[in-house]
Amino acid sequence: MSGIAPKDVAHAAGLARLALSDEEQLAMAKDLEGILGHVESLNAVDTEGVPPTLHGFELSTPLRPDIPVEPMDPALAVLNAPASQGTAFLVPKVLEEED
Amino acid sequence: MGQAESLLAGGLAEIREGLDRGDATSSEIVEASLARIEKTAALTVVVSTRAESALAEAESASKRIAAGQALSPLDGIPVLLKDNIVHAGEPATCSSRILENFVSPYDSTVVERLQAAGAILVGRANMDEFAMGSSTENSIHGPSHNPWKLDHACGGSSGGSAGAVAAGLVPIALGSDTGGSIRQPASFCGVVGVKPTYGRVSRWGLVAFASSLDQIGPLGRRVSDCAAALQVIGGHDPRDSTSVPEPLPSLVNALTGNVEGLTIGLPEEYFVEEGVDPAVLARVREAIAELEAAGAKTVPVSLPNSPNTIATYYVIATAEASSNLARFDGVRYGRRADKVKDLEDLYMRSRSEGFGAEVKRRILLGTYVLSAGYYDAYYGQAQRVRTLIRRDFEHAFETCDVIATPTMPETAFALGAKADDPLSMYLSDIYTVSANLAGLPALSMPCGLADGMPVGLQLIGKSLDEATILRVGDALERRTDHHAARPPEIA
Repeated sequence: MSGIAPKDVAHAAGLARLALSDEEQLAMAKDLEGILGHVESLNAVDTEGVPPTLHGFELSTPLRPDIPVEPMDPALAVLNAPASQGTAFLVPKVLEEED
Repeated sequence: MGQAESLLAGGLAEIREGLDRGDATSSEIVEASLARIEKTAALTVVVSTRAESALAEAESASKRIAAGQALSPLDGIPVLLKDNIVHAGEPATCSSRILENFVSPYDSTVVERLQAAGAILVGRANMDEFAMGSSTENSIHGPSHNPWKLDHACGGSSGGSAGAVAAGLVPIALGSDTGGSIRQPASFCGVVGVKPTYGRVSRWGLVAFASSLDQIGPLGRRVSDCAAALQVIGGHDPRDSTSVPEPLPSLVNALTGNVEGLTIGLPEEYFVEEGVDPAVLARVREAIAELEAAGAKTVPVSLPNSPNTIATYYVIATAEASSNLARFDGVRYGRRADKVKDLEDLYMRSRSEGFGAEVKRRILLGTYVLSAGYYDAYYGQAQRVRTLIRRDFEHAFETCDVIATPTMPETAFALGAKADDPLSMYLSDIYTVSANLAGLPALSMPCGLADGMPVGLQLIGKSLDEATILRVGDALERRTDHHAARPPEIA
């Protein structure tokens, strides 16, 4: 499993919605190879029958009384939007218009 | 030096006494703090200030204090926030281009609690982009300079918070700690930094890096200063579903100065000559000897999974980061690329232009370890090893009350020294990441100098037992004067 090819980096970059230049891809592949080489050591640890730890503190999901609370004012929520209309976020058209 | 300036040069306790005695007003202290921030701008530890609002708030605080109606030990005291803790109407850049123009529409819980206690939020502190780094060099604001040696790093990622306290700009600053980001810069800058138990301080309004590890905590000149600040910001918050329901005990009452009969565990894996500066180890051993002289006992303990902590941490932290940072898509907030073709192009280019190299590296690593075919081998295995690391501590705490280690294997490094070697930067987190993985409280405090640079002692406590590490730290502080050492390069 060790060794990470530039094409693996390109695949991960696509999943993460990051566009990398060819040089960036090569540099990242080299860095990730070094880091993953170190991470490989975890495979030698015997974890047979060991449950995973998912969080820093064991808690069950807390519930609150089912009483409505004020949400954030939508006008405030769009203040940081790069493009907005009223209380909606604007994005480029996703569907082509039909003739 | 005026009265306010000389009080500010002390710590929280000196300023509090001065305010309550009427030697200076909160307005004068806040003015002195803002003036000092301006004078030391070249340190690049503070990235924005809110002078007008802070001075208006200080005026109200001055009146309350004069009337003998101080709200808390923090009333009228200037405090700095790390730039990833949101405050309504203020920026929160997280040192990232993608949040360069962001203005928060709401307050974090810690801001609400600080303001309810009368603290004066004077500004925001530099950090590594999205808290990813150990040097505060990965920042759109430029690198922070260590007040002890200006061409050296403050550490990170809460480097601005630590540097600001060390340079005497504020007595208290808040930071966040995911793998050591409060304790490591505290160690490098010669101040105290506390990472509470996971869930002790609400994460509501903390920009998320790795949600199962992140925790907000205070940095200050003294252990007792940090205890007072933690008392204000800690405790249950229903808005954070990972907030622990147990009430926070009185931390100030815990500072008895007495450590007689208390047992300090010394992990045999950490007290080896290999991989640590001998002068650092010597200072840490001297601090432990001082605690023994005060009546504490020491026992050797073992944390056999220590060699696995860095690998476990970097798999879990990057996996969580890749998921958390998916929200920066150029749609709802943050930077959007110009002239995009379509929605896919908008996501791709906004993220690629907005994130710096270290953030991209960690998103890629996290995406890779979570991707089909690798998920169980990397992420699943890291979560199982995390359980073993937690069990190591549970076992060690059967024979001791606190665990002592160096905070860092070295003192502050020169700016740029590790910039091209991410793995070497990651490996120096060896002593700090385990407390995050196990969710335990830990602090770093100054324990002397090595070649003129501060060394940090780390104390790790049992879950929810901040009181004992603070008690031990405070007891050591009462017997030594390391906290009084000041950076020579800052007048």
